[in-house]
Amino acid sequence: MTRRLTREGLLNLAVLAGLVILPLWALWADEPFTITLATRAVVLALAAVGLNIALGIGGLVSLGHAVFFGIGGYAMGILAHHAQTYTSVMEWPFVIEGTKNMPIIWLVATVVSAFAAFLIGLLSLRTSGVYFIMITLAFGQMFFYFAISWSEYGGEDGLSIYVRNSFPGLNTLVPIQFYGLCLAILLAALALYSALMRSPFGLALNAARQVPERVRAVGLDPFRLRLVAFVISGAITGLAGALFADLNRFVSPTMFSWQLSGELIVFIIIGGVARLFGPVVGAALFVALEHWLGGLSDYWHIYLGALLLLIVLFGRGGLIGMFAGRGKIHD
Amino acid sequence: MTDLVLETCSLNKSFGALKATDAVSITLKPGEIHAIIGPNGAGKSTLIGQISGALPPDSGSVLLNGQDVTTLPPPARARLGLARTFQISQLAMEDTVLQNACLGALGASGKPWRFFRPALSNTALRDAAERALERVGLLEHAATRTAELSHGQRRQLEVAIALSLSPRAFVMDEPMAGLGTEGSATMTRFLDELRREAPILLVEHDMDAVFALADRISVLVYGRIIASGTVDEIRKDQAVREAYLGDAE
Ligand SMILES: Nc1ncnc2c1ncn2[C@@H]1O[C@H](COP(=O)(O)OP(=O)(O)OP(=O)(O)O)[C@@H](O)[C@H]1O
Ligand SMILES: [Mg+2]
Repeated sequence: MTRRLTREGLLNLAVLAGLVILPLWALWADEPFTITLATRAVVLALAAVGLNIALGIGGLVSLGHAVFFGIGGYAMGILAHHAQTYTSVMEWPFVIEGTKNMPIIWLVATVVSAFAAFLIGLLSLRTSGVYFIMITLAFGQMFFYFAISWSEYGGEDGLSIYVRNSFPGLNTLVPIQFYGLCLAILLAALALYSALMRSPFGLALNAARQVPERVRAVGLDPFRLRLVAFVISGAITGLAGALFADLNRFVSPTMFSWQLSGELIVFIIIGGVARLFGPVVGAALFVALEHWLGGLSDYWHIYLGALLLLIVLFGRGGLIGMFAGRGKIHD
Repeated sequence: MTDLVLETCSLNKSFGALKATDAVSITLKPGEIHAIIGPNGAGKSTLIGQISGALPPDSGSVLLNGQDVTTLPPPARARLGLARTFQISQLAMEDTVLQNACLGALGASGKPWRFFRPALSNTALRDAAERALERVGLLEHAATRTAELSHGQRRQLEVAIALSLSPRAFVMDEPMAGLGTEGSATMTRFLDELRREAPILLVEHDMDAVFALADRISVLVYGRIIASGTVDEIRKDQAVREAYLGDAE
């Protein structure tokens, strides 16, 4: 099957090129802060790519994805905290030691987030529409308040990590190396998203969003499809949370806040719902505006709101839709 | 009587004070087309909902190939070989025609848990889907976005999805609705052949089609079967003519 490059494909390539060139330029120009900003954008994009699986393909408007982001963050915080204080996470019934090893932290973040997504999905996916939004929001608030009261791990103040965690063969303290690591994970998640979208699972999930009755009538269960999508989605957002905490070397209950859940949705809407690079464009623009407009005015969110309004009113496909036209149907 | 493909035993369903299904017992035998006719609001779609599992009956039971499926949800009934079509087309409008047909084949395969290889490069799925499209004459539109299909083509796709399930029984809710004379005639010829693969419980308003196709007709009025018989018997039945056919002849 030969595949011609569509306008959206070209646009995606351009965004990808930007993600590679900008930090390299910053490295050359000795602007480490720009690399940090780019890392922030890439990690937030990763969180939103996770959400895009549930929201974009599955049509599940989760206002509680900060739960997984926060779980990922606390997985990192707790493991690293115990490692740096030479204590164990728990001693009974078996001993679990802390760790500063990123792959292990990522694994824990992903597995725990997936498990939380499974439980939350089990309870919330029986509902739909506004009820689903409210239940996921309620779960988010539950985790938020729990984290605030969890004094063992800093309560409201959160946890600070002295040194960034390590990755075999890399020096993660060098901004560009940590950036490269985050970008590689983002690209892997995008590859997964793209494969999912075209797979039999994606076909069924996509149909379950549009015509659930039809999906049931051909012998498939929309609930199970959505639950699996929600678990994959939560796992990816959880992994992003671990990276985010590592970027800041800090984790606090704000990672669980509903504002963060809302921002992830905003990234997707700005970039383009269900578009492969939609979350990337949205997150990058958000971080850029946050930096430049945030420097000019404390009320920069007003401009973001105006942009969002314009996109919702005039460009249903987000920025990618405005430049690349209607989504190409996957061959 | 295990050679019945489908059987309902005294189904009842009320919406508040409205009795939409009133002690309905019908059967479907191998190789036949059993037509259900009745005026608007008679309860035909409600009956189909109970047969397919989308609506729970208040009482009574549904048997599929002799197995009681009354408590099974629609996906389980579909996997047991029941394929329904909808009165109002239920199609994934953003997807292509081929993708919609693949959905049926995917349901029939029972293996949606594949996450990496593209659905459309799965030859088994794709072949089954293309075969179904070819039979309803939609293959040339396989790559078309479903939203761009005409009403008649959507009705054909609706049937193609049911076909791609390779079912043991079809339950069709007004497949000719809005098709026009020529479209109805084509669909009629098509259903005539289809009954050899699996019997059809056919809800239809188009009397020409029903009289041309049906081996048996049951007449549903206010939720009750008021008459059941061959085409000739129904045509002659005085009660039916008064209640429904009016001065059709
Ligand atoms: N979910 C529901 N709640 C309340 N009343 C309903 C519901 N579904 C159907 N009804 C009523 O039950 C009766 C039967 O409806 P049904 O759709 O089964 O009729 P039908 O024979 O299919 O009609 P048509 O020929 O118009 O398709 C109608 O009076 C309808 O208004
Ligand atoms: Mg009806």
